[in-house]
Amino acid sequence: MIGRKTYIRFSDLINSLIAIAIALFLGALLISVSGYSVANAYESLFTGAFGSFYNIAQTLLQMIPLIFTGLSVAIAFQCGLFNIGAEGQMYWGALGSAVVAIAFPEAPPVVLLPISLLAGAAAGGLWGVIPGYLKARSGAHEVVTTIMMNYIGIFATTFLLRTFFREPGPIDQTRMIPEAARFPELIPYTRLTWAIFVGIGVILLLDLFFKKTSLGYDLRAVGESNGVAEYAGINPKKMIVISMLLSGMAAGLAGSTMVLGVLHRFITNFSPGYGFVGIAVAVLGRNKPWGVLLAALLFGALEAGGISMQLFAKIPMDLMTIIQGLVILFVAAPYLVQRVWQKNVTISVCRDD
Amino acid sequence: MKILELKNITKKFDGITANDSICLDIEKGEVHSLLGENGAGKTTLMKILFGMYSADGGSIRLNGKTVVISRPSRAIGLGIGMIHQHFMLVDRLSVAENIVAGCEPRKGVFLDLKKARKNVRISGEKYGFRLDPDAKVENISVGEQQRVEILKALYRNADILILDEPTAVLTPQEAEELFAIIKKLKSDGKTIIFITHKLKETMAVSDRITVLRDGKKVDTVETAETSPRKLAKMMVGREVILRVEKPEKPPGKAVLTVKDLSAFNPVSRLGLKKIDLTVHAGEIVGIAGIEGNGQLEVEETIMGLRAIDSGSITLDNQDISRCSTAQRRKLGMVHIPSDRFRRGLLRSRSIEHNIILGSEWLRPFAKKGLLSFPAIESYSRRIIDEFQIRCPGSKETVDTLSGGNQQKLVIGRELSRNPKVIVAAQPTRGVDIGAIEYIHNLLLRMREQGRAIILISAELDELMTLSDRILVMYEGKIIAEGPHFAESELGLLMAGSKL
Repeated sequence: MIGRKTYIRFSDLINSLIAIAIALFLGALLISVSGYSVANAYESLFTGAFGSFYNIAQTLLQMIPLIFTGLSVAIAFQCGLFNIGAEGQMYWGALGSAVVAIAFPEAPPVVLLPISLLAGAAAGGLWGVIPGYLKARSGAHEVVTTIMMNYIGIFATTFLLRTFFREPGPIDQTRMIPEAARFPELIPYTRLTWAIFVGIGVILLLDLFFKKTSLGYDLRAVGESNGVAEYAGINPKKMIVISMLLSGMAAGLAGSTMVLGVLHRFITNFSPGYGFVGIAVAVLGRNKPWGVLLAALLFGALEAGGISMQLFAKIPMDLMTIIQGLVILFVAAPYLVQRVWQKNVTISVCRDD
Repeated sequence: MKILELKNITKKFDGITANDSICLDIEKGEVHSLLGENGAGKTTLMKILFGMYSADGGSIRLNGKTVVISRPSRAIGLGIGMIHQHFMLVDRLSVAENIVAGCEPRKGVFLDLKKARKNVRISGEKYGFRLDPDAKVENISVGEQQRVEILKALYRNADILILDEPTAVLTPQEAEELFAIIKKLKSDGKTIIFITHKLKETMAVSDRITVLRDGKKVDTVETAETSPRKLAKMMVGREVILRVEKPEKPPGKAVLTVKDLSAFNPVSRLGLKKIDLTVHAGEIVGIAGIEGNGQLEVEETIMGLRAIDSGSITLDNQDISRCSTAQRRKLGMVHIPSDRFRRGLLRSRSIEHNIILGSEWLRPFAKKGLLSFPAIESYSRRIIDEFQIRCPGSKETVDTLSGGNQQKLVIGRELSRNPKVIVAAQPTRGVDIGAIEYIHNLLLRMREQGRAIILISAELDELMTLSDRILVMYEGKIIAEGPHFAESELGLLMAGSKL
């Protein structure tokens, strides 16, 4: 029984890998049924994701927003909450960062970049706190409120953009942010910036937070059992608000790093749904900070590889989306996957003898 | 004639052997007790027989023929019925609907409820059950619900009835009625397997007894040729002192006073009605009652886990009725909860994490909000040693511990906080005899040390041996109070009748 914990993690990893394999297999069937060459498709998928230095950089680039939205969902989940609102929180983060960056064009980089980043985290955090407060105060279910607040968040930021910050021109977008607020490029001509280290840093901090702090302990206690937390004198309502604050902040950083690292301005509808893919990333990463990193890497690779698959094998991006969906399906249904490699699986939950 | 033969049944869960090559013969028409402590493997064995688990090895012969029972519906088809510890009834459906659910009499595609009601009445009369087929299950007593379960099995033509700890939820009087029913079923030719860990019941009701310990069969004996003492020794594997020494000692000053406390519980639609209760230093106040008569509400309002409507709770002359649970704990109140999974333990977390539950912000376990693992580890080792928690290591999850050791973990954690007031609810529930003895002695030691103890328990023996005073609760009220009661008196009071 020694090392039971590591055993569980290992089996999680195996399960996830099997889920990916099954998804790729079914994807292969789908590709060949649709009349494309499977070998061709997967080759260009792999090359597109890992084939060259530049391609790896593209994978990492795609990864960054997913790390943050994945963490956002994972943080809330550790406290037993389903934050479906990372998308809306991300938009606030993006707008917050852009506005602050544009407001101080003269500031030096060492000041402006961190401040813009913090502004994004704060804006996302505030948007996340609202459903947290509603849940704590009146029991309003966070799934419903966060979904609704996605719409409000996306449209409200667009409204603010059009009313106050819009740059004249055909597109709803702000001015470019000053150079001083931009993340420096990590590898020239790849658009990959130092923002990825912010992602890894936040993962590191969160891992420590959940493992080594009293507050992290309390958050997880609430996530495991409200009743036990109450019994121990922990206030579950307070923890719900705090976890939604942290969750919203992480989602806000997804928007910030997009604005400060890639787009260099706030543009309406800039997100292809990073907030929602974040849910999948968190599920695949078992809601653990380092798990999120690995899952984000996979989804980043699927995204980057999918683009090249579309470009070179002429296979529509939609198939990539289906494969992503299949991965989630098999990860979310661990019983199915366990059947593949464990012979005896007891379904029954009760073992009270 | 042997109706049932289990041969070398083996079952493992994650490497833990729950049943180790168990053989069991059941004679037709006998009442056979399956006796053992919690975790001995009784329920697992019966769940294998009922098709809820599949055995890793061994075979089952029914009426001389080998059978494979892969799921409960197969067991039912073979004439085996099981009445579970937690009833499997739909609260909102009527008695008749519950009984026929799964094999309803039909008229075309429609349910023939008239026929169902008639069937229920006929089979009820046959065994002398008084049951209203139209009553909703949520409105009938626990004893009646159990009869519904029994009828449900009989309705499916069960010849062999498995009863899993059937008296756990009953008053002594209801238990007597159940034993009468069992005798009637026996005279009707039914075979009964009776799972229990209570010696008295075993002796009262069974013809033969099979004792299990640690997943192995110890022996099968004739009830007439054994004694509770011998059985206890077989169950635990050593001599057990079934009595504890309680020195006479006058209680000290009043520590906790509850006055006119009322609290409505919207879930059970019942609540506390003007409860008065005082606990003195060095005193154990026992609270008796059938589950669901307000004991949970007493436990939780005192600890601040449930809102009160009116009244007051005073600790050392300080009104604490508005204090949060955290504040009450800081003032020296500790709590052994009646439901250790819903309240007391984070099941999938490590033993260490559970030992600091409630102290995770306090020195030496945390400094400025940062957990200090060396301190946590050494403290955990101390608690594990001191309270004899059997575990492979302090990093293991609580799930890997047996029920008794989980309970010792909760008790150890709480009693080590130097408490003024101890709210101990069902402290020995699901705990084996050896550990019960140990927990009783711990509580008495706490009494010696002058701590004020509220003991809420469904075990009348426990209440009678440990308490200095006993209060009886019925429908949210305290209906009797006194230093001594006979078991039969308590039973009557718990059922709501006056002495």
